[in-house]
Amino acid sequence: MPVTKYDRILLAHGGGGQLTDELIRQHILPRFKNDVLAQLGDSAKLNLASNSICFTTDSYVVKPLFFSGGDIGKLAVCGTINDLAVAGSRPVALALSLIIEEGFEFDLLEKILASVAEQARQNKVDVVTGDIKTVEAGAADQIFINTAGIGIRLPGVDLGFDKIAVGDKIIINGTIGDHGMTIICQREDIKFQSNLKSDCAGLADLTCQLLAPVSSVEDRNVGSGIKFMRDPTRGGLAATLNEIVKATGLSIEISQADIPVAPAAQAAADMLGFDVLNIANEGKFVAIVSPESADKCLNVCKNHQLGKKAKIIGQVCQSRDLPTVEMLTKIGGRRIVQMPYGRELPRIC
Amino acid sequence: MLERIYKAQHSIDAACERLGRQINIMEVCGTHTVTIFRNGIKSILPRKMKLLSGPGCPVCVTDQSYIDAVLELADHDDCLIATYGDMVRVPGKGGSLETKRTTANVRVVLSSEDALQLAKDNPQKNVVFVAVGFETTAPATAVAVKEAAEQGINNFFVLSGHKLVVPAMRALLSQINHNIDGFLCPGHVSAIIGYGAFAEIVEDFARPCVVAGFEPVQIIEGLAEICQQISSGEAKVKSVYAAVVTEQGNIAAQKMIAEFFQPADGCWRGLGKIGKSTLKLKDKYSRFDAFKQFAITETPGGDTTGCRCGEVLCGLIDPPQCRLFQRDCTPQTPVGPCMVSSEGACAAWFKYGQQRDERCQ
Repeated sequence: MPVTKYDRILLAHGGGGQLTDELIRQHILPRFKNDVLAQLGDSAKLNLASNSICFTTDSYVVKPLFFSGGDIGKLAVCGTINDLAVAGSRPVALALSLIIEEGFEFDLLEKILASVAEQARQNKVDVVTGDIKTVEAGAADQIFINTAGIGIRLPGVDLGFDKIAVGDKIIINGTIGDHGMTIICQREDIKFQSNLKSDCAGLADLTCQLLAPVSSVEDRNVGSGIKFMRDPTRGGLAATLNEIVKATGLSIEISQADIPVAPAAQAAADMLGFDVLNIANEGKFVAIVSPESADKCLNVCKNHQLGKKAKIIGQVCQSRDLPTVEMLTKIGGRRIVQMPYGRELPRIC
Repeated sequence: MLERIYKAQHSIDAACERLGRQINIMEVCGTHTVTIFRNGIKSILPRKMKLLSGPGCPVCVTDQSYIDAVLELADHDDCLIATYGDMVRVPGKGGSLETKRTTANVRVVLSSEDALQLAKDNPQKNVVFVAVGFETTAPATAVAVKEAAEQGINNFFVLSGHKLVVPAMRALLSQINHNIDGFLCPGHVSAIIGYGAFAEIVEDFARPCVVAGFEPVQIIEGLAEICQQISSGEAKVKSVYAAVVTEQGNIAAQKMIAEFFQPADGCWRGLGKIGKSTLKLKDKYSRFDAFKQFAITETPGGDTTGCRCGEVLCGLIDPPQCRLFQRDCTPQTPVGPCMVSSEGACAAWFKYGQQRDERCQ
């Protein structure tokens, strides 16, 4: 382990001078060993396998920094990877920017960086460039992270709202609401005797399998049957489905009985009066797939660690008047699912 | 579970058929309102059965003058307002606690204990706990006052907006809405006051009062019990929430309320002034009473122009009958409290309501 004489981050660590250099050489470079980063250029020089890419960025301000099932570092890698993955690309490179509050403990920074490195390794992406800024005590809340990512678009894959048609099935790769409920319960110090745990995970391996299956004849139409994917993060499943009906003019019908929810997340949501459909996920995708390929897609999911509880939860249908998300409830009733207002949970990602 | 639902549904259908007229049942609990909408319960009931959302959402029944008093206190730099989350967005004079310039003086808490802790952590501030809610939350407020008194905490104050359910039901039936055929009584409140507390409604007004739990099936079974009573010309108090609610209720909690509070006349949104319907801190504890310590007087009325929350929570209109609903008043831009609170009838109609063609009827 690199040794430092500082226990806490000083403003000078972001000043561009000797302390910044030490921070990078002692704490950053050893964790993210790759040739591109090692050059420490003003920009990362990349030779990509294709010039057809996806490019995205996201900032992470989650509180608490460490939570059951993850931490801000894991979230910052997985969140950006997932944005690339659901757009139909294979993530290859990340930029990592840290905004650190003066006085932040070095030990915590080490833990976060270790987590970033581990997730990058697991998800087969390189951290190729980055930045560190420090701000005065009180000007930020401990640490904020921004990641940007590049993914190579999978050949032949073209996802979009315009591909979605009446009859398409809706698949989710597992239980909903785990991340959001974990964060809110930990934030509010609500101690459930339960195994509530964030679902934070990088989805690219699974989405790449779905979108570019092995080229055996019977599997070929799995990839081609996927019309659209999105990760239901803030606003949860309800927001994602409403975005789809808004963009397509079509309606969606889902069945409550088919939506996987972990008992712990459901209990926590019930106790706090939240609708679990509105709660954030960090390791889930919603896929809209053609009816013919739905079962095959489901099988691919079920054979993957991150899709064991995958389900077909509903379908796309014609709008009667306005595009609506409607849910058949467990008791046989019907109700609409609105776009959530967006203030149910503070700072969850 | 589905079998129990089918059985209750069948019994409701049969009762409605026998009566041959519309049955109006009011649920007097915000959590029931949310469960009914979230599970689409209305959609499986016969058309002749109408569910009215009553004055059961604590934020909704709180009079505008109380909201304005809280907003004014938030302007005092030496004050810290400790409030349940739902109150933060209720509009009043010059904005809401969420939009005011002085949001630094506002903290959302989950319990009265959190509010007391805030006072301990901020000895230089006067922490005012915005104590709203029915008999359910009042005992917890009493506990906080008790602890503050025992521990000599002098910067903790309670702005009691606590209300009593039964006087509101009486006021509704005697003065405001004669069309209510029966009440689905609140589970949480009944756990405290006991289902026996509703006997006076049955005796004086001959309306069935049935206490139900919060599972969809418990609500439907409660409705079936009410329907059966109505169709056979009976009116009884009954609990279908036997596991939690007893006839006497929680005596210890009742004692806590009685020790720290006394019933007082008070203002309700929509229902106006109701005799002995609110809980004020006893004189013995007036040093914790924010009304007295900050010389606040409540003047009733002054609701936002055009907002019909008052009529909604008396069961006189459905939210879509308010011309602001879904046009000027949405969860993003709430005009009245029933659209703000997650337990409010307007918010529930907006979030989970039926298809548009039904909404516009």
